[in-house]
Amino acid sequence: MTHQYPALTTEQKKELQDIAQRIVAPGKGILAADESTGSMAKRLNPIGVENTEENRRRYRQLLFTADQRIDSCIGGVIFFHETLYQKTDDGTPFAKLIKDRGIVVGIKVDKGVVPLAGTNGETTTQGLDGLSERCAQYKKDGADFAKWRSVLKISETTPSQLAIMENANVLARYASICQQNGIVPIVEPEILPDGDHDLKRCQYVTEKVLAAVYKALSDHHVYLEGTLLKPNMVTPGHSCPTKFSSEEIAMATVTALRRTVPPAVTGVTFLSGGQSEEEASVNLNSINTCPQTKPWALTFSYGRALQASALNAWKGELNNEKAATEEFIKRAQANGLAALGKYESSGNAGAAAKSLYVANHAY
Amino acid sequence: MTHQFPTLSEAQKRELHETALRIVSPGKGILAADESVGSMAKRLAQVGVENTEENRRQFRQILFSADDRINSCIGGVIFFHETLYQHSDNGVAFVKMIRDRGILVGVKVDKGVVPLAGTCGETTTQGLDGLAERCAQYKKDGAVFAKWRCVLKISDSNPSKLAIAENANTLARYSSICQQNGIVPVIEPEILPDGDHDLKRCQYVTEKVLAAVYKAMSDHHVYLEGTLLKPNMVTPGHSCPTKYSPEEVAMASVSAMRRTVPPAVPGICFLSGGQSEEEASIHLNAINNCPLAKPWVLTFSFGRALQASALRAWRGHKENEKTATEQFIKRAEVNSLACLGKYSGGDNHGEAGHRIFGSCHAY
Repeated sequence: MTHQYPALTTEQKKELQDIAQRIVAPGKGILAADESTGSMAKRLNPIGVENTEENRRRYRQLLFTADQRIDSCIGGVIFFHETLYQKTDDGTPFAKLIKDRGIVVGIKVDKGVVPLAGTNGETTTQGLDGLSERCAQYKKDGADFAKWRSVLKISETTPSQLAIMENANVLARYASICQQNGIVPIVEPEILPDGDHDLKRCQYVTEKVLAAVYKALSDHHVYLEGTLLKPNMVTPGHSCPTKFSSEEIAMATVTALRRTVPPAVTGVTFLSGGQSEEEASVNLNSINTCPQTKPWALTFSYGRALQASALNAWKGELNNEKAATEEFIKRAQANGLAALGKYESSGNAGAAAKSLYVANHAY
Repeated sequence: MTHQFPTLSEAQKRELHETALRIVSPGKGILAADESVGSMAKRLAQVGVENTEENRRQFRQILFSADDRINSCIGGVIFFHETLYQHSDNGVAFVKMIRDRGILVGVKVDKGVVPLAGTCGETTTQGLDGLAERCAQYKKDGAVFAKWRCVLKISDSNPSKLAIAENANTLARYSSICQQNGIVPVIEPEILPDGDHDLKRCQYVTEKVLAAVYKAMSDHHVYLEGTLLKPNMVTPGHSCPTKYSPEEVAMASVSAMRRTVPPAVPGICFLSGGQSEEEASIHLNAINNCPLAKPWVLTFSFGRALQASALRAWRGHKENEKTATEQFIKRAEVNSLACLGKYSGGDNHGEAGHRIFGSCHAY
């Protein structure tokens, strides 16, 4: 490692950083609309809609045809492969529709999780084969960023050292390949909220995982300024008996990031995991008002937390489309405000929330 | 690593964090007066002074008896073991003199470099044996921070993977032990400026070394908010034919820090290495004016760059003491301005802050 063999030219670096900055421009975040066919089944079944290609197209159309109100809240949209090549009713490609309104087009490039033998149900993520060629093609077809999701679990025995190291490594390989093809990699090391562990435990694991991720990115010569991070917020497990306030969640989350994410990383776009739409917005807002120095943009990359109400309003009916789109716009605006620390949920007064932050030495 | 076994209580963390913050308060930096007996031999020989315990005591007295002007410039002084137990002519303990003016006392705790067999002249640093007991004693004797210096070299074959890993590990063990004893560890992974390598090479190596250092800190459960970093600035090698502006040095240094040092680290106190007093101040000033987000304090921990003129003015003569002290005060004040980005420099420099930093993408 003593000599540098430059991975990127100055121009390539500038392009990558510019793309990353545009996606997380102040007040903007990402609409994660990249649910795979299998995941879409889970979304459409509960509302009684058949999981057909046409229904998936119609559903994404009602999100992408939202009016200009989303232009100031949505910096990027992550597509699933199928969706990248679909069109609106009047024949406009979705990618063009999104790009023409100044929103950056992204693409999910991983090929799902596979088991790690010898572990307690842990996984790594596949998709590196031919990734370079796929990225080059996606770039031609309008995409400027990509997403790859790795998954870790908290339990008595997990995450294991192998799972952490292996997932950090695949994320770094993916990131390196993307950048070679002018694609900004969103790095997603999701630690699932399943379990009864408390906030402290999640914070500890998140810190260890992210430290490993950034060491791997360094080892693989990834240009951090041209990347985004998509982590879980630090939250208690779903079955944890203790309740924590959004300020506690924010402090734990920001502390974990401050201990592991170098300032060169342009932005952190949180996943919503199992959170409700409102929870995800309130927590993002608390994160942005947390009184610690935060040198990266802190915004959203939400799937369910942007779409749940829209799906429920739609139920597959043509005459519900406008109402469904409105629901989506509403959440987009709420999260745009949350990314600026200006969201006032109907529940609490915004100003009062600031005083609830506990001294950070407890984290 | 799935479970956390807490290393520090909330009160311990608070104490460490507050100590670190006090050392790097705005406008303040560190006087590194911890030259070992061997190093003092080199300094004193240059000014024709015999290397006796009394002469060493007299020289440090010249520094420590500076008037109140240094109180707003010096946040901490690093002592060598011998000096920690010496007194002024009036019998006042040096430690007391320093502490009574609100300056924090630190102590060098490493025991020098030793060779790494099988490498090309590389070293690690020893001193871990009984370090916990020594730290506990130093804490009783008035020290609240410590320093440990590791050394890496740039050449065709260096630094090797082993040297990087071994030195990072040693620094992490040292840090962990210090914190257990209420001592803030200053972490010094110095990459020597010897060689003809250019700025880019130094930046690359610095990034790799610091990435390894912070991964080791994470692995060893070190509380980053209660540490300080003492790195080299990113500079070309001494025999590099190309000249670089202070802005280039600043951009390279800040980029390297941004890519590797988590925001939780309160302060970065640069070592001066082989730089002249003025060079070191100009560079520190440029670093503080660099237009990239810098979430840590960026200040100094200078030895020669604070003392060279004082040493030359003294030459071992009692009648030169006041003049020598004035020389030290002058450099302390200059560096205080530099760490605020307000130093207008010597003859060649005009308005502070109006400089051409160029594009960050070339770094």
